[in-house]
Parts: sequence; structure tokens; C-alpha cells
Amino acid sequence: MEEKMTCIVCPRGCELTIVNAEDVSKMEVFNHLCIRGKHFAIKEKTNPMRTITATVKINDGKQNRLPVRTDGEIPKKVYMDIVDIINNIELKAPVKREDIIIENVLDTGINIIATKSVL
Amino acid sequence: MIYDLLIIGGGPAGLSVAKKAYETGIKNMLVLERDDELGGILNQCIHNGFGIEKFNKELTGPEYASLYIEDIEEKGINYLLGSMVLNIRDEGEYKVVEVASKEKGYLELKTKTVVLAMGSRERTRMMIQTPGTRPAGVFNAGLAQKYVNIDGYMVGKKVVILGSGDIGLIMARRMTLVGAEVLRVVEIEPYSNGLSRNVMQCLKDFDIPLQLSHTITEIKGNDRVESVVIAEVDENKNVIESTKEEVECDTVLFSVGLIPENELSTNLGVEIDNRTQGPKVNEKLETNIPGVFACGNVLHIHDVVDYVSDEAEQAADQVHKYLTDTQDICKRQIVLENSDDISYIVPQTIECKHSDIELKFRVRKPASNVRIILEDSEGNVLVNRKKWAVSPSEMEKVMIKGKMLEDIKGNLTLRLKAEE
Repeated sequence: MEEKMTCIVCPRGCELTIVNAEDVSKMEVFNHLCIRGKHFAIKEKTNPMRTITATVKINDGKQNRLPVRTDGEIPKKVYMDIVDIINNIELKAPVKREDIIIENVLDTGINIIATKSVL
Repeated sequence: MIYDLLIIGGGPAGLSVAKKAYETGIKNMLVLERDDELGGILNQCIHNGFGIEKFNKELTGPEYASLYIEDIEEKGINYLLGSMVLNIRDEGEYKVVEVASKEKGYLELKTKTVVLAMGSRERTRMMIQTPGTRPAGVFNAGLAQKYVNIDGYMVGKKVVILGSGDIGLIMARRMTLVGAEVLRVVEIEPYSNGLSRNVMQCLKDFDIPLQLSHTITEIKGNDRVESVVIAEVDENKNVIESTKEEVECDTVLFSVGLIPENELSTNLGVEIDNRTQGPKVNEKLETNIPGVFACGNVLHIHDVVDYVSDEAEQAADQVHKYLTDTQDICKRQIVLENSDDISYIVPQTIECKHSDIELKFRVRKPASNVRIILEDSEGNVLVNRKKWAVSPSEMEKVMIKGKMLEDIKGNLTLRLKAEE
């Protein structure tokens, strides 16, 4: 069985063709312009991963919202659970860029970090 | 005092100009920014995908901005926040920049060179004339993005988005993550106007439908948006009446394109290109007014910030050459034209033949298996490159080698040719 998939690794967005998508051991990936596209397709068929970016409420700072992200990819299946956790945090300024906001979120081994300093 | 360089705008283009200009040896410069912080649009673009080309890392907008801002602080480059440029006057040898500053009041600053880096604004509902009432709940997508990501306001609960540009797609995901229901994204063209990765990770991941060849024909509601009427359009973009469907919602986001912000340029006497809505520039990114350069979204709309930084660095290099009298001066002018299947090309003119030149352009419609051909008035081919896919949502680039420009006859035309 042949399947089409858009690679999301970079803005180029290669339209991948995947042959034998139903069986990972026989799976073949075409039309990727770099090796990351192939890795993406295999991961997407086995355990799709995503990066989350969001904002959290921050008090007593120059701004009301602190932008944050996961410092690596998390399994797509816990995406919304992590978003819920992020949406319910409240912080106090100052926070510096790269400060860890939540350590090892939902036991994924991934941290939620600040992507900006709010003083 | 006369500045060597004034940079109008402290967004990605302005910051990249400042950093690079400093590295070429320009110290007597000032960045003018109307907002209360540097970084421009990057501050509200909290999603990732920035910096892959420049830093080989996937950064968020604020992170990409921080790398430049921290560098500018470290170098001690001067900037003035809360400072709106009202007018720029050309007084020959120097330019006068009129500024209204929160901190310093009204200023008239003299400078030898100016880099225009004001960015762009969103096209509005008024500009595309969407019929209906004028209730609360109608926003430009980028404005909604600022309310949600910076100010911390929720703009609505049941959202329809018109336009599938990247801002619209990113906001579809963002509104979903903050608890709104995004009913659909409606696009008048038969293809998406955003990067395909954004269709995948912002819509498909959240099962948000994308309706191509559809538009909003009416917005209803008195105090607040109550519904919109959505209809399919035919190939001439005429509404097919029988397909009209009313969709209940409380919010409509418009993501229908960006327009370079050139009021200052026009008042200064800079010639504007109707195709880009930005200044006409030569390969030095210099406008028709010597010493006035332009880069970033004020020049033409970019989709990847890394390319804005690249372009800004080229502008900074050219400012340095202008200030040190090492600019390549040539008497000829080659005009760059494009066929109808290409919507614009930058730069608009080429004067010199000494250095390699990067041409940037966009196609008008998606196409696959095409050749990009650049030829002079006598049909001599300078570039003939195969591309397996082109799309209006992605800026294309081609390089011309400096030595190829030596024997050009007349002007240059860029066109697409279908591959058999």
C-alpha cells in the first residue's frame, strides 16, 4: 500500500511517498530531500512525536504571558495532556530564557522551558 | 551630529542589519523601534520553525529574536524604543529622520544612510470587502495572535478562519490549544497558501477541516459575531449560490495576506513596485534615492525569517560599501521583468556585473515539473533550472553568476516553462 505524507521537519515540507506503510520492517520512503524526512516518516508510522509551544500566565512582570516550549519532542498521544498542564500554570516574574518551568513533564524525560526572559 | 546609519524598525530585518553593520565596522548607528521592545513580529510568533537555515536549530520566534537582541546588547549598539518615525526627508548628502519618542520627545536625526526595515501589515476585512454586519469578534489573525500570546486575552470560543496563509494555520492550532473550537479554515484558492508542513501540523493534527475554493460571503451578528455564510467558488472565484451554508460561530479570523508598510518610503520619494508593494531596488538593495536601502518584509513578503536575516545582511554590506565609497558604480541599468505566471521578482534592476546576484521571486500558481528560465532580450539563456514543484506560498531563489552578466543584451525576463 502506498501512502502520501507531508514532512514537517523543516519549512520545505517534502511530500513523502511511503510504500508498505502497514509494515514498518518493509517500509520504504521516497521523495525526501534529506535523511531527516525518512526518519520522520518511520517515526510518524510508529510513534509520532511533536514539539509543543505555548504560553503560560506570569505575574508581576513586564508582560502577562511567558512563551514556553518542550525542550525536545514528546509523543503525540500525550500532546493535549501536556497542553492542559501548561495552561494551568501560573508563574511569578522574573523568569529567564531557558529556565525550566516543568521538569520531566508526564515522565517523558522532556522539560518545559521558557523561550524568553520576562523580568 | 550626523549618524552613519539609521535603521527604521527593530524587527528581524532591522536587528540583522544592525548586527551585520556593526561587524563591517559601522558603529555610529541607531535602531528606531516604535514598540516597547525589540524583536518585532517574532515576539508573538511563539511557535517553532525559525532558525533552521541560519542556526541549524529549530527555534521559536522569541528565541530567534533573543539571539540577535543579546548580541546587540553585547556589542553596545544603540537603539531607541517607543520611538515612531513620522517622516524621512532627503536632503541630498544626508537624510533627516523625524521621530516621536516616548522618552526623548520630538527628534530630528541626521544620517548618511537609512535602511527601511518597517516590515508589513495584515490585509484586512475591509480590503477584501467581506459583506455583512460589523460586530465584535472579527479580527486579523496576527492581531488575535498578539492578544492571545502577548496580552493574554482569549479572543473567542467558536472560530472560523478565512485564509490559509501561515498565520491563519498557526492560529488555528493556537486557538485550539487555548481551548477554542476551530470549526474550519476557508480558502478561496484551490490550494493552501501556507507551508504544507503547517497544514499537516496545525490542521491535520487537530482534525480541523480545510475548505479549498470556498469563501465567507457574509458575516452575521449584532453585538457579537453569530454566524458566517460560507460558499464554494468556481474557477473564476464567483460564488456558487447553491452551495451557501450558514455556520454558527462567535469569531472570524482573517489571514488574507500581508502588505509591505511603505507610507514612510512613499513620502520620502521612494519608487514603489506595484507587484511587491515594496520599494524598487537594484542588486545592492538600494532604492532610487542613493543611501536609502530596504530589506525584509517592507521590500517583499518573506515566509522564512532566516531569509529576511540574509537579505538584511546583504543590505548592511551595501551600506558599508556606500559609506566607505567602495560601492560598485555602473552606468547601465538592466531591468528585470517577469512573465505572467510569476508574480514578482526582486531586485527589480541590476546595475553591475561584478558580483553574483540572488534573484527572489514567487510564482502565481502552484505548478509541478517546470523549468525556471532567465533570458535576455535576444533570447540568450542565463538560467535554466528544473524544479519539480513551485508554489505561491514559497519564495523561490535563483543565482546569477556575475560573469554571465557581462554580455547581456537589453533586459532580462524570468519565466516558467512546463517540462514535457
